Amino acid sequence: MTTETSGFTARQYAICLAGVIWREALRFLHQRERFVSALVRPLVWLLIFAAGFRQVLGVSIIPPYETYVLYEVYITPGLMAMIQLFNGMQSSLSMVYDREMGNMRTLLVSPFPRWYLLGAKLLAGVAVSILQVYAYLFIAYFWEIEPPTPLGYLTVLPALVLAGLMFGALGMLLSSAIKQLENFAGVMNFVIFPMFFASSALYPLWRVQESSPVLYWICLVNPFTHAVELIRFAFYEKISWDSLAAVAGYTTFFSAGALIAYDPAKGMLMRKGG
Amino acid sequence: MTDEPLALNVEHIGHSYGARRALDDVSFSVATGSFTVLLGLNGAGKSTLFSLITRLYAAREGKIEIFGHDVARESGAALRRLGVVFQARTLDLELSVMQNFVYHTALHGIGPAEAKRRGEALLERAGLADRAKDKARDLSGGQMRRVEILRALLHEPRVLLLDEPTVGLDIKARADILAQVRALVAERKLAVLWTTHLIDEVTPSDDVVVLHQGKVLAADTSANIMAATSTESIGAAFEQLTGAKARDAA
Repeated sequence: MTTETSGFTARQYAICLAGVIWREALRFLHQRERFVSALVRPLVWLLIFAAGFRQVLGVSIIPPYETYVLYEVYITPGLMAMIQLFNGMQSSLSMVYDREMGNMRTLLVSPFPRWYLLGAKLLAGVAVSILQVYAYLFIAYFWEIEPPTPLGYLTVLPALVLAGLMFGALGMLLSSAIKQLENFAGVMNFVIFPMFFASSALYPLWRVQESSPVLYWICLVNPFTHAVELIRFAFYEKISWDSLAAVAGYTTFFSAGALIAYDPAKGMLMRKGG
Repeated sequence: MTDEPLALNVEHIGHSYGARRALDDVSFSVATGSFTVLLGLNGAGKSTLFSLITRLYAAREGKIEIFGHDVARESGAALRRLGVVFQARTLDLELSVMQNFVYHTALHGIGPAEAKRRGEALLERAGLADRAKDKARDLSGGQMRRVEILRALLHEPRVLLLDEPTVGLDIKARADILAQVRALVAERKLAVLWTTHLIDEVTPSDDVVVLHQGKVLAADTSANIMAATSTESIGAAFEQLTGAKARDAA
């Protein structure tokens, strides 16, 4: 028998993680239009939609706000979450593309554990999404959209990591179910838009409850709502424990689903012949 | 005799896609320093077998070992000894050749400095040193394939799997790649499993596994298979084996 060992050192695990993040960042930087569109999308909402609806949609004083805030300020956490949601779905698209092009196999035949490889891929996506969020916040600053103190930029980071993980895991799970790249348009229609609109991103939930109790409950179980609230509170240096628990729970659920889907014995790879 | 386990040992492997039986009781082995051709028509089950060896699919029937390490139970130990070149192009076209190398080695726990050192040496030997900074999309089909083979060697595997590596290439590129891999067997004592449906890629000294409709019809040296079938060429032997199989099935 061979005497070589199969274990990797902590440094080798770190090299693997850094390599996956580095590749994701390079791909992102090479795709300039992706970077631009990731910024333009929330800015259109902020500068056009929010300006137009400022007078129509009044926002009362609700936590974490301690005073009346402009509508632009209210929707900013939702737009931050939107950036991450789109990025999560973009990662999902990228995984479907990689699978069709064969690049995914390079990752999956690595000797590192499958859970670690998928986790590294997930973290790589989160890192890219956080980069986009801070780029958006930098531009938004010039429209006087900022946290109460600069510390808010720091306290929002853990919330962004957790929300990014949740959306990334959701994207990964979806990518296992999408058989062809062409089917990805369905994700836009059936995932992104419903999640975004049936949430507290654009209007406080008490307003939704007034008009439709059913929609209110849908908003309450929507993971996007909790990501928005987690970010909103963290931006104001506070913690929404309910949202934190919900986001952590959904992240665990989606991650477990993605792991099962990509398990060599159970997942989507087994369904494809070849 | 040597105490070293077989480079690749496939024992009683079976696999189904729903009701369709893709592989049935497949067994063969590949020794260190041997060039083994897995020969089969399209749809024979070659790619499925390839996916099972590389753990893309889990083997539910039978066992696959790489240097004595079970791919299912000790996948890390097994896969670090394995270099893989897939049939589909797997280079990231947006990245340069060297960036592809750095990414690949990271997936084996090797840092960027060592990756560059090894990559430069391999490219130099292959006469591709001037393409290190070129984007993968700017390479020709043959160059891409050669770069993929070099990439598969970066972590210094002891078994190299190549799934139809010459498909879609012109005659010269095919010959170059075949020569490159045969040289590796001689120089590095690599065990190579080369899957193909192109008979002319087999030489009399090669080990051959004939796979047809998911079953192994023969596994021996090319010369022995010809002798056993009383044929003059491996092409004729293949035809006889698979034709006989087809008649049996009818």
